[in-house]
Amino acid sequence: MNYNPNTQADRRAMLETIGVQSVTELFADVPEKARYPKLNLPRPLSEMEMMAELTRMSDKNADAHHYACFMGAGAYNHFVPSVVGQMQMREEFYTAYTPYQPEVSQGTLQAMFEYQTMMAELTAMDVVNASHYDGATSIAEAALMACNAGRGRRKKVLVSPAVKPNYRAVMRTYFQGTDITVTGDEDPANDLEALKKMLDKDTACLALQTPNFFGELEPVQELADAVHAAGALLVVHVDPHSLGLFTPPGEYGADIVTAEGQALGNALNFGGPYLGIFAASKKYVRKMPGRLVGQTVDTKGRRGFVLTLSTREQHIRREKATSNICTNTGLVALGAAIYLAAMGKQGIRRVAELSYHKAHYAASQIDKLCNGYSLVTDKPFFKEFVIQCPKPVTEINRALLERQIIGGYDLGQRYPNRQNQMLVAVTEMNTRQQIDDFVAALKEVA
Amino acid sequence: MYESLLFEISSPGRTACSLPDLDVPEAELPSEFLRQEAVNLPEISELDLVRHYVRLSQKNYSVDSVFYPLGSCTMKYNPKVNEVAAAMPKFTATHPLQPEETVQGNLQLMYELQEAIKEIAGFADVSLQPAAGAHGEFAGVLIMRAYHLSRGDTQRNNMLIPDSAHGTNPASCAMSGFSVQQIPSDERGNIDLDALRAACNETTVGLMLTNPNTLGLFEENIEEIAKIVHDAGGLIYGDGANLNAMMGVARPGDLGIDVMHFNLHKTFSTPHGGGGPGSGPVGVVEKLRPFQPGPIVAKDGDSYTLKMPEQSIGAVKSFWGNFGVLLRAYTYIRMLGEDGLRLATEDAVLNANYLRVKVGKTCPVKYDRVCMHEFVSMGDIAEGIHTMDIAKRLIDYGFHPPTVYFPLIVHEALMIEPTETESKETLDAFADVLEKIAEEARENPELLHSAPHTTEVSRLDEVVAARKPVLRYKA
Amino acid sequence: MKLDQDAKYQDSHEWARKEGDLIVVGISDHAQDSLSDIVYVELPVIDDEIDKGDVFGVVESVKAASDMYMPVSGEIVEVNDALEDTPEVVNSDPFGEGWFIKVKPTNLDAEWDNLMDVDAYVASIEG
Repeated sequence: MNYNPNTQADRRAMLETIGVQSVTELFADVPEKARYPKLNLPRPLSEMEMMAELTRMSDKNADAHHYACFMGAGAYNHFVPSVVGQMQMREEFYTAYTPYQPEVSQGTLQAMFEYQTMMAELTAMDVVNASHYDGATSIAEAALMACNAGRGRRKKVLVSPAVKPNYRAVMRTYFQGTDITVTGDEDPANDLEALKKMLDKDTACLALQTPNFFGELEPVQELADAVHAAGALLVVHVDPHSLGLFTPPGEYGADIVTAEGQALGNALNFGGPYLGIFAASKKYVRKMPGRLVGQTVDTKGRRGFVLTLSTREQHIRREKATSNICTNTGLVALGAAIYLAAMGKQGIRRVAELSYHKAHYAASQIDKLCNGYSLVTDKPFFKEFVIQCPKPVTEINRALLERQIIGGYDLGQRYPNRQNQMLVAVTEMNTRQQIDDFVAALKEVA
Repeated sequence: MYESLLFEISSPGRTACSLPDLDVPEAELPSEFLRQEAVNLPEISELDLVRHYVRLSQKNYSVDSVFYPLGSCTMKYNPKVNEVAAAMPKFTATHPLQPEETVQGNLQLMYELQEAIKEIAGFADVSLQPAAGAHGEFAGVLIMRAYHLSRGDTQRNNMLIPDSAHGTNPASCAMSGFSVQQIPSDERGNIDLDALRAACNETTVGLMLTNPNTLGLFEENIEEIAKIVHDAGGLIYGDGANLNAMMGVARPGDLGIDVMHFNLHKTFSTPHGGGGPGSGPVGVVEKLRPFQPGPIVAKDGDSYTLKMPEQSIGAVKSFWGNFGVLLRAYTYIRMLGEDGLRLATEDAVLNANYLRVKVGKTCPVKYDRVCMHEFVSMGDIAEGIHTMDIAKRLIDYGFHPPTVYFPLIVHEALMIEPTETESKETLDAFADVLEKIAEEARENPELLHSAPHTTEVSRLDEVVAARKPVLRYKA
Repeated sequence: MKLDQDAKYQDSHEWARKEGDLIVVGISDHAQDSLSDIVYVELPVIDDEIDKGDVFGVVESVKAASDMYMPVSGEIVEVNDALEDTPEVVNSDPFGEGWFIKVKPTNLDAEWDNLMDVDAYVASIEG
């Protein structure tokens, strides 16, 4: 199979125009010994065979349509309305490139402007960019931006140990070539009060996550004052769904807000593509990484949209750019925009409420089990909570799979002080029946 | 007439959302954490929402609607089977943290894609984790750094970058803590070998090489370049943006390149999505294998498992890679096979050369020799006419403009990449239109200066946008 | 092309003019013209001490960003805050309202004479 329209007659005519005898002549600059290698690839498949092959492969998976899913830890099984996929997959959106020519990209540009606006409303922040790769890269670039905002003089990034472990790992990957240090998370007992005491004149930012990795809402009130008094920035990573119900970070003084936007209209997709949400207060807009869409007028005074403040970016600023990012996750951001518009003012609150109540129901049912299970989480939480289990989580999860249930995340993997603890996620997708079955199954496998 | 914003068609009480009733008892809400005012999102019926997005989509030019010869972006056709594959629910509804035994299908697909890219590009190992080209490039530069450090070679902090390179190259180096030294091009568009020799020393991290380069030219001295850099103890980074000119014709790994990213959203037919998501896997030669970002899928008997390379630079993103994009690329590679991939490259290069000869008559080609998948013309074809004028006038004729004003080393650059999926008729029509525009440029230049005329908005004021940024709607 | 006969210049197109004990710094008419519409100016913080030849700020048009280099070493005592809201005055009045910073020089005797006078600057542009 190929998708080339050229016929042999076309090729002959084109070669003649070019003035060469054969296509191989066009590759004369390739060193001869490396030219035309044999590629050892499987034989090509027809479309029919391809679909059969993919069906065979995917049949080996357990998926959240056929299993009840209680796994979260940074990726969530929220409901995706049909309208999202149907609109997002219009060819004019998904087969376009980055909107470099604004007159023929107003669809993408306006949709991004609306995305930026809705995310700004959700987070109560001034400015939102046109997206990053995912939550991890967003928070890493937020910390980098905080260092740049301090004109490179502040080199310490304080991060809470209750920020998702993978996010902290990605931060460290990002900074390995620089003189920026990531600290504060060495002791899992470091809470926000402890972190506050670690603020100093070298601190570029304090980065936290709320609800944190364990699902708990962090006590962020008055935190911003302490961070700002030390001359640092407050970086807050949120669950966007939680903001349907809980105080947005812009209202408690966050300077940069990041989030994983996967669950806003996007499937689990085995980890990607996801959506990095990135917001900041207006003061720092010139230090922001990533693309921004702005409103302007055309030569006749009509409203239109363009990519703007591009001098921050790599194609102009090269080594002095705020980041190297160019391609982001525009189509996933479009999906998130359609999702937010479909949910609307009431729907976004309703999803948060359903998730909250169902998670609390599940937590209380498990806490009642007694046979080795108990609820570890003792602070207000949103849709995830931690339970102590009577035996290793991997063992329990294996037994749950036999009952068509995908269990929660094994915290012992990353936190040695949390052996046999499971992080359980519950969303509006989990029916009462699913929750009751889950609780009953836990009881059985104890 | 212009389209209203979502917020302007909102009316209190409308919604496009359908959610079930609560089937468990209500729990108490923690009052001190509650949001005081509902999120100010629009309230819209489903039909109004659909019309809004359908109309918005119609304002875009896209590969599925018009010829889109955007240089360096490889705007080839995105096969529909890819989209059907990527939407299969048993793929899309899998959680990245599920036990490995429940996602063997996903892991097998990733493993086979790793193997295929290794084979196509001639590398010992591929990590699928990076999310886009620039992201893979950043990972690649960190791999180079980790390699030098592992050998106690701590003084290497200077990266060599040709003056024709993408801006991401220097930006990725800055993020990795390296300084950047620019290497000029010679009169044939190759890297200036004397300048390269003079720049190489014990502080050299390596050379970031785009081959074919952004002029669309294959480096004529690739072997010599590799030798100079390697002799100085440096490594060669390959920018994979232009791999579409190489499939089945040359393997970067055979040409002396040590580490390289691939743009699955260019070469391997996954859609660009109006700015992503992309996918930027990294390939490396054997000696760089331990430093790969991860995890990477390994095969263990009949089962597949995720493994972190032992001296890994670390994870560069959440989870394992842009799986949805990987799935599309895998489908493409499996359906084309060796012969199909080679033919894609051959036709891409044939189409580009055909267009180079035809377009060159109207818009001179700066380095007019056999090109690979793209070429760079110049747009200042008449008094007072600039590349931007030609670009905007092409819109009126139903073509997306080529890349403009890049690479920076060509004055009034017009960078044209037709790809293999365009027909001779389309290429002829494009060349004819350019000829017609050239005529207009001489006879009625105002027609170009005021273009485009057929779009819902005319040229937009970027100065106003940047001076007083309006980045969100406010009622 | 407008010129300020009393100012000194350097290759990177900044001008410097004595004003009492201070040195006022801006960019030349030639520089603003080649940048075209200026959309943003980033300036240093008061009290910063910056050496001659080091970057003190950035001037941006839509498609370009240029670093600005100190013509003399010294301490920043004043910055032109008005440019934040009206960067366009750098285009309209580069030698007047469009000034960038005022510097208390620390090594003026050694540095002042190394700057070009207006004739040498004009020759350098035309050359």
